[in-house]
Amino acid sequence: MAVSNKLSLGTNHPNTVSETSELTKNLVKGLAYFFLIAFALIEFLPFLWSISTSFKSESEINAGFVRGFNWIPQQSTLVNYTDIFTKVEFGRWFVNSLIVGVVTTLFTLAFSSTSGYAFARIPFPGRNFIFWCIVATMAVPAIIYLVPIYILLKNLNLLDSLPGLIIPFMVTNFGIFLMRQFFTSVPLELEEAARVDGAGRFRTFAQVVLPLARPALAALTIFTFMGRWNDFLMPLIIINSPENYTLPLGMSTFRGLYKTDWGLLMGGSMLVMIPIVIMFVLFQRFFIEGVSYTGLKG
Amino acid sequence: MARSVGQTQVKIASGSLTREKLLDKWAGWLFVLPALLFFSVFTVYPMVYGLFLSLFKINSFNIDDRTWVGLDNFTKVVGDADFHKALLNTAVFSFFVVTLQTILALLLAVAVNQKIRGRTFFRTAFFFPSISSSVVISIIFLWVFNQNGLLNYALSTVGVKGPTWVDDPHTALPAIMGLNIWTTSGTMMILFLAALGDIPAHLYEAAAVDGANPVQRFFRITLPLLTPTTFFVVTLGLIGTFQVFDQAFVISNGSGGPEKSTLTAVFYIYQQAFKETNRMGVASAGAVILLVIIMAVTLIQRLLFRTETEQ
Repeated sequence: MAVSNKLSLGTNHPNTVSETSELTKNLVKGLAYFFLIAFALIEFLPFLWSISTSFKSESEINAGFVRGFNWIPQQSTLVNYTDIFTKVEFGRWFVNSLIVGVVTTLFTLAFSSTSGYAFARIPFPGRNFIFWCIVATMAVPAIIYLVPIYILLKNLNLLDSLPGLIIPFMVTNFGIFLMRQFFTSVPLELEEAARVDGAGRFRTFAQVVLPLARPALAALTIFTFMGRWNDFLMPLIIINSPENYTLPLGMSTFRGLYKTDWGLLMGGSMLVMIPIVIMFVLFQRFFIEGVSYTGLKG
Repeated sequence: MARSVGQTQVKIASGSLTREKLLDKWAGWLFVLPALLFFSVFTVYPMVYGLFLSLFKINSFNIDDRTWVGLDNFTKVVGDADFHKALLNTAVFSFFVVTLQTILALLLAVAVNQKIRGRTFFRTAFFFPSISSSVVISIIFLWVFNQNGLLNYALSTVGVKGPTWVDDPHTALPAIMGLNIWTTSGTMMILFLAALGDIPAHLYEAAAVDGANPVQRFFRITLPLLTPTTFFVVTLGLIGTFQVFDQAFVISNGSGGPEKSTLTAVFYIYQQAFKETNRMGVASAGAVILLVIIMAVTLIQRLLFRTETEQ
């Protein structure tokens, strides 16, 4: 070990050099661990504290820290998780959010994959011009749409309805962009082989291209569903009736009504997060790949 | 011509094949048309309409009743003290959040990139908050920032009496900054981590042979080679923070208070459009101004980064 170091470094004091570099290496690693663990704690503690609160009774929560800092509830209770379904229409909001998320995602997948494929692979007049126009709209901040979308939905009679939260978001510039970038990077051979065999554009697309696009479709599913599930501003301006609330809108009004009922608020918050957590656990790879993928292309 | 002859021949051979060929010719347009239709109605049209609306006074009770007022809405916004306050809050928020989260994300990425155990665990753990609903995160942090909450308890163990955070005009905005940095640093870290993987290892080996210490290697190799990613992370951060709304809304319970300390630019636009009477045109003008500011900041930033990389 020392000998090989001596040879490769070719300095006069090979041992001291290798020892100090070994020391700095360990020091850097130690620092890295310390920093990462500290930050992981900061990231997790608020969640853990909320989970803990959601299982506590009102009296235990109100007692505050008088009895010390209880991570484990003294008497665990599910009352917060049952009360939320009776005190407010939580179940209804959950179903609304699910409908909005799933339906929007299905349409986004269909529209983005077909158009993205054409923009990448099928030449037609004006193709590049149209595509770059779509990309240019990605630079426009969402706030510019606030008033016009409201007026448009009002004129289409879609205010205070779930379709009002779905239809405007079925086609997104981001979705088209993501799929087009993906199809541009897919190798041509398989597709060409199918074309030589006499398959038309539509058959090639459905049978050869779409199965290849699974990772991109997975990433798009995650981003779209998450975006709709968590969206707050659009439901806030579009929806009026409590029976049409989505979860974030419901939770925010709920926070106004039950200001100090922390057990109930935390129980609801945990329930809102569960579907996303399940998705995250199942598709974790695509989440992170998706972020890196869109990030690098941008 | 030759093509149409070919198609007639095919027609003789098989009817179904012709239909497919004909469809093929129009395939490009058929593939994009449905998407393009929705995109035009719900993205392109509202965008242009938004610019147009900023020149009108709109009746809140009958939105089709509009009067042309020219640039009057812009004069109103520019002269509104609330808008100044909102812009200042947004700029302060954006500056601190983008700076701190970019530095934090970079350091986290470098730390994860050391050959350490549990790399996947850390990557996942840091990414997790950014997939949660902003409303839920805000409610969780209201509880953390509560007078008797987790944060003040932690402070009390070291003998510090914590403020009332979200009820104090001095600490409400910093509290929202904190929760924002807490949420987004992980996503930004993943972008840095992907870029770190692309830096060739031989550069570090060569530097090590030349006796460069880890700090020198970070500043001479890592940082310069990450410039494009840093630019991207800062741009994403600026665009996001300039439009912060959900957290400010939930934390202040829809008021933008205390003392307008959490009134952000988007919050102002929302209030003008939906809480005031006959001010939808003013809101549209505010949105146009915000659009111009975001684009200008992104552009200036791009120019700065470009000259830096050219040096």
